[in-house]
Amino acid sequence: MGIVSRGFSGRRRPGAENLPPGQYLVTDFPVLSAGPTPRVDLAKWEFRVTTETGQAHTWDWAAFLALPSEQITVDLHCVTKWSKLRTPWRGVPVETLLAEVKTGAGFALARSYGGYTTNLPVADLLGGQAWVAYEYDGAALAAEHGGPARLLVPHLYLWKSAKWVTGIDLLTNDQPGFWESLGYHNYGDPWREQRYWGD
Amino acid sequence: MAGTAILGRLTWRAGTVCSVRDETATARTIALSIPGWPGHRAGQHVDVRLTAPDGYSAQRSYSIASAPDGDRVELTVQRLPDGEVSQYLTEELAVDDPLELRGPIGGWFVWEPQPAPVLLVAGGSGVVPLMAMIRTREATGTGAAFRLVYSVRTPGDVLYATELAERQHGDNGFQLAYVYTRAVPAGWPVPPGRIGARVLAEPGWAPDRCPAVFVCGPTGFVEATADLLVSAGHDPATIKTERFGPSGGQQ
Amino acid sequence: MTAHLDGNVLGGELGELFTAEITAATGRCASCGTVSAIAQTRVYTQAPGMVARCPSCGEVMLRLARASGRAWLDLRGITCLELAVPTGA
Repeated sequence: MGIVSRGFSGRRRPGAENLPPGQYLVTDFPVLSAGPTPRVDLAKWEFRVTTETGQAHTWDWAAFLALPSEQITVDLHCVTKWSKLRTPWRGVPVETLLAEVKTGAGFALARSYGGYTTNLPVADLLGGQAWVAYEYDGAALAAEHGGPARLLVPHLYLWKSAKWVTGIDLLTNDQPGFWESLGYHNYGDPWREQRYWGD
Repeated sequence: MAGTAILGRLTWRAGTVCSVRDETATARTIALSIPGWPGHRAGQHVDVRLTAPDGYSAQRSYSIASAPDGDRVELTVQRLPDGEVSQYLTEELAVDDPLELRGPIGGWFVWEPQPAPVLLVAGGSGVVPLMAMIRTREATGTGAAFRLVYSVRTPGDVLYATELAERQHGDNGFQLAYVYTRAVPAGWPVPPGRIGARVLAEPGWAPDRCPAVFVCGPTGFVEATADLLVSAGHDPATIKTERFGPSGGQQ
Repeated sequence: MTAHLDGNVLGGELGELFTAEITAATGRCASCGTVSAIAQTRVYTQAPGMVARCPSCGEVMLRLARASGRAWLDLRGITCLELAVPTGA
C-alpha cells in the first residue's frame, strides 16, 4: 500500500451495502472502453449466433426487437472496483437467442463492433443469467454504455458484459477474449474476487 | 548532466511539499523536495498517487513546471470540477505533507536545450510542460528563439501571467501571443474565438524556418492545432504533441 | 470518458518495467504498417488496462494490464520496436 495521503478519501460513497470483496459503491455510471465508441447504424445492425458446426442464425434490429424481452434490475461489479446497484434494463434473455440453434458446445465467445471479445461458459449464458440488453433506465441504451445493444451477465465482472455486442460464437474449445488474454481471470466471479490469472 | 543520466526502472517515491502558491482561482503550484531526485528534462511529467486509509488509491499524471533544480520539482495543478485528485492537491494538500510520485517520465515530448527555434502552442493547463521548456531555456542561457501561443478561455485562466509578461518585455528572443476563446480582456482587438491559422503563422515562424513545435492541451485542442500546422506546411515530424484529458488534466 | 490520450501516459507504467524509454521508441503497426512513436499512439486508459491504438488505422498496437506485483504486456500489434541506444561511455 502506498503512503497514506492525509485527508484523502476519494469520490466513493460510504455504504452499508453488501458488496463483493474489494468493491466500492458509486452512484454515477462510469464509462470504460478499450477504444473509440462504435457508431452503429441500426439499418445495418445484426446479431449472429454461430455454432461449432458452422450453423448460424442472424437477427436484424427489427427482428431482434420483436423477440420477447424482460425488464430486469441487476447489480454491476466492475473489475476496476466500482459497483453500481439496482440498475434497470430491458433485454432479451440469451437463452431465447441460443434456442434458435442446435449446439453441444460448452464455450462461448461474445464479439462486439470495434473488435472487443470476451469468453464465457455456455452454462453462464443460460438459466436467467444473461441478456442482450437494449434499454437502460427506460430509454434506448446510449452508445457510451454499449448501445444499440450489449451483453449483460451481472453475476460476473462487468468486462464480460460486452458492449456493442454483435454476436456469440459457440465453441468446443474455450477461447480467451480481449482481457482474458491479458491477465484477467478466465471466469471472473466477483464474489470469489477472481480478477486476475491465478486468483 | 541530467539528460544523459542512465536511469533505473521508475519506482514510487515520496516527496515533501515545501510550498504552495495559487496561480489562479482554480490552479495551484506545488513545490516539492524529492530526496535523490535524478533531475529531469523540460516536458517530462510525474505520476502522483493518493491513498486513502482503507487502501483506495487514485493516480494522475502532472507535468513538471520547473526547470531542473536539484531536488526541487514544481507541479502546477488545475482543479477540475469533479476531480478527486485535483481537488485534493489544490485544496487539502499542505506544506510538509508527503506526496507519493513516480518520475521523471517521458522521452519523446521533451525539449533538449539547443539553438533551433521553438514554437510552443498551449491549450489551457497544457501550458505547464511548455513553461518548463521556457524556464529551462532561461536557466541554461540557450539563446533559441521561442514563441508561445497560449489559448485560454478567459484572462483569469492564464497561468504564470506575470512571469510571462516579464519574459515578453525583457527578452527579445521570446514572443507571446494569447488566444481567448470565451472572454477577452478590455480593449482586446478581436472577439473571443478558437485558435486559428493566422496566430500560428506569425512572420518568422513559417514552416520554412523549421521550428520544433510542441503542442499540449486537451485532446480536441491538440488535434485541431496539429491539423492547422500540417495544413500550413509544417512537416509532421517536427510537431510533438501531448494530450491531456478532455477536461484538462491527464486522467 | 472514452476520448483518447496519447502514448505519453504509458511512460510511468512502462518506466517501471523497462529501463529503456519506450514512449520515444518507434513501432510499425502490424495491421497497416504505419510507423509511429509510441508516444503518438491513441491510448485508452479508462479501462481494466491501457490500450494503445495506431494513430493511422486505429488497430491495437500495445496493451498493458497491471495487478499488484504483476504486469501483462502484449506487443503483438507492433511488428517491432526501434529504440535509440546511447553510444559511448
